[in-house]
Amino acid sequence: METDTITAISTPIGEGAIAIVRLSGPEAISITNQLYKGKDLGEVDSHTIHYGKIIDPETEEVAEEVMVSVMRAPKTFTREDVVEINCHGGMVSVNRVLEIVLSKGARLAEPGEFTKRAFLHGRIDLSQAEAVMDLIRAKTDKAMSVALKQMDGRLSGLIQRLRQELLETVAHVEVNIDYPEYDDVEEMSHEMMRQKTKEVNKEIVNLLEVAKQGKILREGLATAIIGRPNVGKSSLMNALVQENKAIVTEIPGTTRDIIEEYVNVRGVPLRLVDTAGIRETEDIVEKIGVERSRQVLKESDLILYVLNYNEALTDEDRKLFEAIQGLEYIVIINKTDLGQKLDLNEVRNLAENNPVVTTSLIEEEGINELEAAIAKTFFAGDIDTGDLTYVSNVRHIQLLKQAKQALEDAVNGLEMGMPLDIVQIDVTRTWEFLGEIIGDTASDSLIDQLFSQFCLGK
Amino acid sequence: MTYNAGHYDVIVIGAGHAGVEAGLAAARMGAKTLMLTLNLDMIAFMPCNPSLGGPAKGIVVREIDALGGAMAKVIDKTHIQMRMLNTGKGPAVQALRAQADKPLYIKEMKNIIENEPNLTLRQGMVDELIVEDGVCKGVITETKAAYSAGTVIITTGTFMRGKVLMGDLEYESGPNNQRVSIKLSEHLEDLGFELTRFKTGTPPRVNSHTIDYSKTEIQPGDEKPQSFSYETTEYITDQIPCWLTYTNEFTHQVINDNLSLSAMYSGMKRGTGPRYCPSIEDKIVRFNDKPRHQIFLEPEGRDTEEVYVQGLSTSLPESIQHEMVRSVKGLENAEIMRAGYAIEYDAVVPTQLWPTLETKKIPGLFTAGQINGTSGYEEAAAQGIMAGINAAAKVQGKDPVILDRSQAYIGVLIDDLVTKGTNEPYRLLTSRAEYRLLLRHDNADLRLTEVGHKLGIISEERYAKFLEKKRLVEEEKKRLNKIVIKPNEDVNNIITNAGGTPLKEAFKAYDLMKRPELSYELVDQMLPEHANLPVDVQEQVGIQIKYEGYINKAKEQVARMLKMEDKKIPEDIDYDAISGIATEAREKLKKVRPLSVGQASRISGVNPADVSILLVYIEQGNIAG
Repeated sequence: METDTITAISTPIGEGAIAIVRLSGPEAISITNQLYKGKDLGEVDSHTIHYGKIIDPETEEVAEEVMVSVMRAPKTFTREDVVEINCHGGMVSVNRVLEIVLSKGARLAEPGEFTKRAFLHGRIDLSQAEAVMDLIRAKTDKAMSVALKQMDGRLSGLIQRLRQELLETVAHVEVNIDYPEYDDVEEMSHEMMRQKTKEVNKEIVNLLEVAKQGKILREGLATAIIGRPNVGKSSLMNALVQENKAIVTEIPGTTRDIIEEYVNVRGVPLRLVDTAGIRETEDIVEKIGVERSRQVLKESDLILYVLNYNEALTDEDRKLFEAIQGLEYIVIINKTDLGQKLDLNEVRNLAENNPVVTTSLIEEEGINELEAAIAKTFFAGDIDTGDLTYVSNVRHIQLLKQAKQALEDAVNGLEMGMPLDIVQIDVTRTWEFLGEIIGDTASDSLIDQLFSQFCLGK
Repeated sequence: MTYNAGHYDVIVIGAGHAGVEAGLAAARMGAKTLMLTLNLDMIAFMPCNPSLGGPAKGIVVREIDALGGAMAKVIDKTHIQMRMLNTGKGPAVQALRAQADKPLYIKEMKNIIENEPNLTLRQGMVDELIVEDGVCKGVITETKAAYSAGTVIITTGTFMRGKVLMGDLEYESGPNNQRVSIKLSEHLEDLGFELTRFKTGTPPRVNSHTIDYSKTEIQPGDEKPQSFSYETTEYITDQIPCWLTYTNEFTHQVINDNLSLSAMYSGMKRGTGPRYCPSIEDKIVRFNDKPRHQIFLEPEGRDTEEVYVQGLSTSLPESIQHEMVRSVKGLENAEIMRAGYAIEYDAVVPTQLWPTLETKKIPGLFTAGQINGTSGYEEAAAQGIMAGINAAAKVQGKDPVILDRSQAYIGVLIDDLVTKGTNEPYRLLTSRAEYRLLLRHDNADLRLTEVGHKLGIISEERYAKFLEKKRLVEEEKKRLNKIVIKPNEDVNNIITNAGGTPLKEAFKAYDLMKRPELSYELVDQMLPEHANLPVDVQEQVGIQIKYEGYINKAKEQVARMLKMEDKKIPEDIDYDAISGIATEAREKLKKVRPLSVGQASRISGVNPADVSILLVYIEQGNIAG
């Protein structure tokens, strides 16, 4: 029925140390074989698991040590050939494995698509059809809202601008075709088209670089924990991490002392940044100085500001309040197990409308309230983003790559001397791929553009 | 009291561009067909510009011809000039356009209709349909003639509750002061059809003797003889030119000063006009930075002095039209013979139709042409022929014929109409087709002759010729794939003369033709033996080889599209019973009632998740059933 091979990360990220990249479809085994160093997976028995390495085709280095399960049709979840690549290296390398799989010809699965295939192949009982449909609906809606919410505003603005440029170019070609006698616009030349595609291509290449650094989506909200020494910052961090099973990730190419901890707090993915500083010195301000810490704070999406219930407010505390003014923060008053020396009213005044939560991290009290406050701050409460953040980033990279490929096809066409109306086919595809990134696929835009840009008619 | 006026298999109401093709197609399929029209002297009349074809539209004319229609043959016999457009561009967007001799076109078309066996032509105004048990069974005219029928096709163009607007003058009328059809419109509303109000316009016609052509630029036809129809063998050689002039600041001043007098701008008009066919008032208002607009002077025929002033479509008062026309270079002394006007009319909201053009509400009733919200003679004719085919097929118990978007512009047009609807008069543009590289002017016969032959509307003789062409194309491609061309002086001279780099190694002739600078003719010169093929075969071989990569890519897309077209949606599907579908998508699906998952996916507001859910639901039904 379906002829292509789909893939996705099939484990919720942030909830386990192992992540699985799953492939399903006729090419599942052959695709994996191309990027896998170990036994020939084409020869192994069905339903067996194998140790090996995933090789990054760009660097030819080992991207990940993995265990690969091979399951041949029809005794699989989807009744197609299924391969599961078990990765251990944390989010960055799992994402990299998924990207490599995609680069070898698999297609990123739509939300709920594995289940849909299982159903369409009769693997799932008829009575479950309803559940399958609900699943597709739920996952799609969530993926959409997450993708849009987490996309950096500047980047979506940039993509919109590139699309508009492409659309104007395409409309220009179209007006030459549909109104050949219309003399108000110069005939689009190969040189003009070459110039345009070159400009856009440059921007897409830049975007891809940015995307590869993981910055196209906010993969977790940059979160800083601040406060004077000994107020309980590392306890807070440990509490969040333990509660939420963080994955510790080393960022390649950087020194080991910057460690980022990803935690998923009620659907809000947090990236606890510069935590090494907190761990080692207990004081980010002390370590990097007040000026730099202000800079770090400004780049944070969320600040967790910890105060001591057992001490009166100091000038330093008030300075920190000033430093974070206008930023998104939550005040945590810790150590409620000890006697009160802090003036709560003053704190509430200084905090203005930001939430104030009281905790005793030692007694494990107040953590639920804190998590609720975090969730409420970002999603007005109830959205479970799960693992979709990471998937949508991969999806964006994939679409950017497809856009780049389409534009390269257009350039090739130009060099081969193809007529512009043919080159334009690939320019339009570029425009469509970019549109998918920002969720805009309306096909009537071209005709609207045509008639708003040019004065046409009899 | 009505009287029984007889029984026909198919009745066509209207004899415009949609009506004539509908009637001819039905009759040629063997259905006993009646064509009723308000005025026997106005068959296939062109109320607006005297031209046929152009980008996308010209390809449609050829598609109609490949299906055995009349439009191409009639224009081939009656044009005053013909031009191939976009010759500097790729093969997918080249298209013929002809200037028509309007009176001659009518005469020729009427002659064809009158001489078609199985087809009865009669003057008469249809007031209502005979509907029994919700099924259309015939028509009743104003003279109380009751005709019973298997199927009925309405092709009434802009006549339904037509209203002519010019300045503050407003009167009920069909185009060109013909009788208006009021009762049929009311009757359709009573039957529960949703109607919408559209608008279009036409410019003044001036007397040729009063034009100073020396102040304009000549626009001659092509010297090379060409034709729309694949069957035309005789060509018109004495062509008549058109002329180009421009509006200027004075013209714009006249329009600006009198804008409030325009029917368009005075708030009288309710209908929606097309963006691609704006009035001159529209152009001045929307693009006020443009110092001038093109005006084409197009003769309306050989034996008339009327000249169509293309570019000056207007609903300004007659007095202002004089002033406006005379501000244009070359038209200083021009005499208007007919003033321009806007016309407002009822159209059927086309999402009420199946892709066969049968209405969903009343089985047996079809609508085609401008009544379905389109604009243009070619768009009307295209719907006419498909409605004629399907109306006859229904009577004869044959399978309906639905062309898909990869098969013909006709398929794109009808799919757009019935799937997306339209909020302005719909015009075909090449950009509406996703697979326009496949929908070329040169291969309309290869795409559709088979379809026409199967229906019996293509003669055996023509079909044999078509098969022969197809065979020659395939054989020549095979031959070229076997011939190896080695680099030598002769070969490299040909290549360098064409601007290419000389060969260093041997190439297959087939692959050599993919070089941008090398045409079929040039490669043919390098061959030891020449195939001496007909020009159209050479052209076809050249295009198929040169653009092979792109054509194959388009075909892959088509294969994916067709997979979704093949997933049929049961007619009795209950969209309310499918839980996960979004509310907007559900409403749209209920209204459009797509026949396939592919069609469903093209409805705006139905997103991929809804399509997935629909697929699962249908599969569930298939398993359960």
